[in-house]
Amino acid sequence: MSMRDLRNLALSALAFGVLALLPLYVSGYILSIATTMAMFTVLATSWALFSGPTHYISLATAAFFGLGTFVTGLGFQTLPMWLLPIIAAGLGAVLAALVGLVTLRLSGVYFVIFTLGLAELVRQVVTWVQNRTGQRGMYVLTSITERDIYWQLLGMAALVFLVGWLIARSRLGFALRIIGNDETVAKHSGIDTAAAKILLFMVSGAAAAVVGAMMAPRYIYIEPSTAFASILSFQVVIMALLGGTGRLWGPLAGVVPFTLLWEFISRNAPNQTLLLLGIAFLLIVYVLPGGFVGLYDRLRHRYGQGGQ
Amino acid sequence: MARVVLEVRDITKRFGGLVAVRDMVFDVHHNEVMGIIGPNGSGKSTMINMISGAFAPSAGAIRLNGQEIAGKSAHRIARQGVARTFQLVRLLPELSVVENVVAGAAFGHRKRWGAEAERHARQLLDRVGMGQQVNMPVSSLTYINTKRVELARALACEPEVLLLDEWLAGLNPTELQTGIALIRSLRDEGRTVILVEHVMDAIRSLCDRCVVMSSGAKIAEGTPAEVLEDPEVIRAYLGADEDA
Ligand SMILES: Nc1ncnc2c1ncn2[C@@H]1O[C@H](COP(=O)(O)OP(=O)(O)OP(=O)(O)O)[C@@H](O)[C@H]1O
Ligand SMILES: [Mg+2]
Repeated sequence: MSMRDLRNLALSALAFGVLALLPLYVSGYILSIATTMAMFTVLATSWALFSGPTHYISLATAAFFGLGTFVTGLGFQTLPMWLLPIIAAGLGAVLAALVGLVTLRLSGVYFVIFTLGLAELVRQVVTWVQNRTGQRGMYVLTSITERDIYWQLLGMAALVFLVGWLIARSRLGFALRIIGNDETVAKHSGIDTAAAKILLFMVSGAAAAVVGAMMAPRYIYIEPSTAFASILSFQVVIMALLGGTGRLWGPLAGVVPFTLLWEFISRNAPNQTLLLLGIAFLLIVYVLPGGFVGLYDRLRHRYGQGGQ
Repeated sequence: MARVVLEVRDITKRFGGLVAVRDMVFDVHHNEVMGIIGPNGSGKSTMINMISGAFAPSAGAIRLNGQEIAGKSAHRIARQGVARTFQLVRLLPELSVVENVVAGAAFGHRKRWGAEAERHARQLLDRVGMGQQVNMPVSSLTYINTKRVELARALACEPEVLLLDEWLAGLNPTELQTGIALIRSLRDEGRTVILVEHVMDAIRSLCDRCVVMSSGAKIAEGTPAEVLEDPEVIRAYLGADEDA
């Protein structure tokens, strides 16, 4: 490990420490925004672990997230709370593996469409099961407070950053970069491209399911149409791309401003949130390819180290 | 004669109604440079693609050191010791020159990782004549240097068989001499190479043996001097010229 790694690690630990103290000082309103940010940080960062290097755009976040909320909804009365995210992670990984086996041999466009359909499919299945059993939604009434959820998500964010950092230094991470550059070259260099992509998709699916499981108590009432809402998938994609997937911290740089803007708009003009999504999307495509990370790298290249 | 590394037996490839390769049979021996020549569209690249696993053959067998590889996936075949370059150069644009070569070393036949892989990659880059530019982005390379990097990447896994699909194509006359010398030096190192080539000078000076393909079928086999005098080979090339 180099000095730079150590420094980054120490700084990250410090940042997480400071963030962990946040609930002790801020109001409930700010805490709720911070919780949303923590949620999107985990979702967007883990999304980018897979989609960044492979350039496969997944719209399946809502499917994994919804799965996680249902794990908590169904299990919180009978199982210990700490077990629920673990079960959610396992189920998320299995679902991701299944989806991966079916779709990752397909080209990018088919993958996008399939993953978008997946959330809808899972939602329909859950609704069907509920109708059969005469159930409607579920109440998740627990003693878990917003603070607890915030801390859990923060811990999860730390874990995702750690995993992402480890993957980037591993042969798996290198394999994914090669796949993203040229899949044909990857195969002919001995990389099992399908296995590598499925593995990473499982990591990202498991993380999203865990977030769902952690967030469930916050919603109190869970029903398929909200748990599997596909808007979540789009938000995650936009935030990750806005920040940039070229670096581990990229999605975070998109999550913070986007969540604040989203909050501001939904308070003042609740009907205009979709407009925000659209504008952010155009901004990414036309002005910020590579997101804030790309911009940062270009500026640094022009004025900083690159120029010397 | 040296042991047989690669055996191709009755290999056929159909694309719908088109038979791109028909009943191809040949052997490649250890330490041999074997040429596959023939007019445009005669099935040379398709043959390379089947050996490297890009396509599964429609029929026939391909054995590497006695083990069947026909129809296996490309990454398995690569791990068993087949490395290749592409007729249209394929580099990894977002990776540096040295990373491009490490990509060939990390997952293939003889795996290397970390500092060892990087040292190995630098040695190979030196070996192919571009020791100076290892940290450059690949977008800044000249054409011949992109070919050098691709060659170093293919060499990086220490393949049992190296497949070069028109590696010399597109070079200017001076570069061509450099290129031929480089491939000859690989040959002198005792590597086993299949060379698809149109450049006659290169074929004459580099190949121990050649097979000649025309419309997917083998029409001649032998030393370059033998096959280039073969009336049927001359007819195939002239015929192709008349078509063109
Ligand atoms: N993927 C494919 N699908 C359909 N037809 C193909 C495919 N690849 C090659 N062919 C056809 O197979 C025949 C042989 O092509 P191939 O590329 O093997 O020729 P070649 O000998 O390498 O030619 P060249 O010297 O121009 O590179 C051609 O008619 C080509 O159009
Ligand atoms: Mg060809």
